[in-house]
Amino acid sequence: MGALALVLAAAPFAFTNNYHYEIAILVMLNAVTCVGLNLLIGYAGQISLGHAGFFGLGAYGSAILTARYGWPPLAALAAATAGTALVAYVVGRPILRLKGHYLAMATLGMGIIISIILVTEERFTGGPDGMSVPPFAVAGFALAGERAWYAVCAAMLVAAVWLALNLIDSPAGRALRALHGAEIGAQVSGVDAARAKLAVFVLSAVFASVAGSAAAHYAGFITPAKAGFFHSIELVTMVVFGGMASTFGAVAGAAALTLLPQLLTVFKEYEMVMMGAVMMGTMIFMPKGLVPTLAARFAGGGRR
Amino acid sequence: MSAEFLQFLLAGLTAGAIYALVALGFTIIYNASHVINFAQGEFVMIGGMTTVSLAAAGLPLPAAIAAAVLAAAAVGLALEKFAVEPARGASVVTLIIITIGASILLRGLATLVWDKKIHALKPFSGDAPIRIGGATLAPQSLWVLGVTLVIVLLLAWFFNRTLLGKALLATSHNRLAAQLVGINVRRVLLVSFGLSAALGAIAGILTAPITFTSWDVGIMLGLKGFAAAILGGLGSGPGAIVGGLALGIVEAMGAGYVSSAYKDAIAFVVLLAVLFFLPGGLLGRRGAERV
Repeated sequence: MGALALVLAAAPFAFTNNYHYEIAILVMLNAVTCVGLNLLIGYAGQISLGHAGFFGLGAYGSAILTARYGWPPLAALAAATAGTALVAYVVGRPILRLKGHYLAMATLGMGIIISIILVTEERFTGGPDGMSVPPFAVAGFALAGERAWYAVCAAMLVAAVWLALNLIDSPAGRALRALHGAEIGAQVSGVDAARAKLAVFVLSAVFASVAGSAAAHYAGFITPAKAGFFHSIELVTMVVFGGMASTFGAVAGAAALTLLPQLLTVFKEYEMVMMGAVMMGTMIFMPKGLVPTLAARFAGGGRR
Repeated sequence: MSAEFLQFLLAGLTAGAIYALVALGFTIIYNASHVINFAQGEFVMIGGMTTVSLAAAGLPLPAAIAAAVLAAAAVGLALEKFAVEPARGASVVTLIIITIGASILLRGLATLVWDKKIHALKPFSGDAPIRIGGATLAPQSLWVLGVTLVIVLLLAWFFNRTLLGKALLATSHNRLAAQLVGINVRRVLLVSFGLSAALGAIAGILTAPITFTSWDVGIMLGLKGFAAAILGGLGSGPGAIVGGLALGIVEAMGAGYVSSAYKDAIAFVVLLAVLFFLPGGLLGRRGAERV
């Protein structure tokens, strides 16, 4: 925790231009979403292949309320977050009764439905071309510049990690882990499985939504691709890549997979091939993900 | 039955037959290995693109088709051998990510081998429409429906009458027990990947004259195939066929009567609704026969 804050505070000294800040902000926003998604996938053992939908709802909620209706950004953020939570609650109740691949399909379907709505309702969303979003401002003071955004996003990430770590160690977190191990066993020992799953689903949707709102305001522009199937897959890949059931793994995964495409651009037309190869290779040789595998290796080395 | 309704039904059946073939591919691999192969759509793409490029190079169509199916099957075998086999025992999500990685890799290779343009294959037997009760049907749709029917019959024969087919079935029911009675489970896994890849390729070739083909057709067709397999009940062969046809018809009706922009969304809404009431799909988990 402290180490993360330290890294985030120290990182800007290594940045030499705005592009570095830009990438760092992207990493942190993805990390916030992944920390939430990891609670659902890594700890509660429930998959979601539609989380970009929630990211999109947050982003477009903020965008539409500020740009079309002139709401103050903070109120729009609150409303978008509440709206996303409500959608997650209503959809999650029936969906979370499904298991395994059926849940994967249902969440995937939900994500696709959200992204199709965003593409089609052009009057509000600008359609496939996207829409521009006014800058984030509170009481006349606008948040502008890479440095200011970096500070805000870093604070968001630290808060998200702090919240996740606390939740995992709380009775609710233990209930989630019990659920992952054995759902019936958890129910027998008094865990309300349906409620616990729904709660963490809504919470992870809220994380994604807030990150979405921030991303929309920061970029000043939003397209439906951010709510699409591909982004959902990217998010899940980040969580699994970094290491499931590891909050710092989720952060590391987000960092690795946000940076990777930037590094792979040197391969030009081979970029996609490299991306696929790296994903496959990592998962084949480190099926538990980056952070748990490295942690086990260091622990093993220490003992010997 | 109005002509309009008949027209939508025929369009839905044609699309549904393609979804059913892709869904059967998902089902066969799932039964043999419990892996959901997210690269299934890429076999569809490889089938279509290989046929188009070989036909353009002057190869007669039947030869181009045979070569394309073999090429896809070879890719399927390689996928099993070099990606799924080494990751045995990994969690479900990890395996999903591996196959997604494979699909990105294959799509990347497709842009290198071919290009990012959209290609059309000439219909197998002309494009003079056939009139049925006020509706029209393209000859290619007949090809799609006919070939799908033949493949379903062949698969039924393969799984019920041949030793290899029975070995596949046995492995899907209980891997360890299958191994104990002397079934070479590794070979069964290889066969299942080769077979589903060939099925996917055939679907891609059949639909190439209707919906065209390009490096990225695999994404949506793969998703629809997965949706069809889930709708019918994962692991059930008849379920995959019923799920595919149902999905195609719902989509065509939704596009025709409700909104064409929301065509895909309607299909997924219906899918979610079915799962709410039948969490195991239409034919799943009620003692349905497995293919």
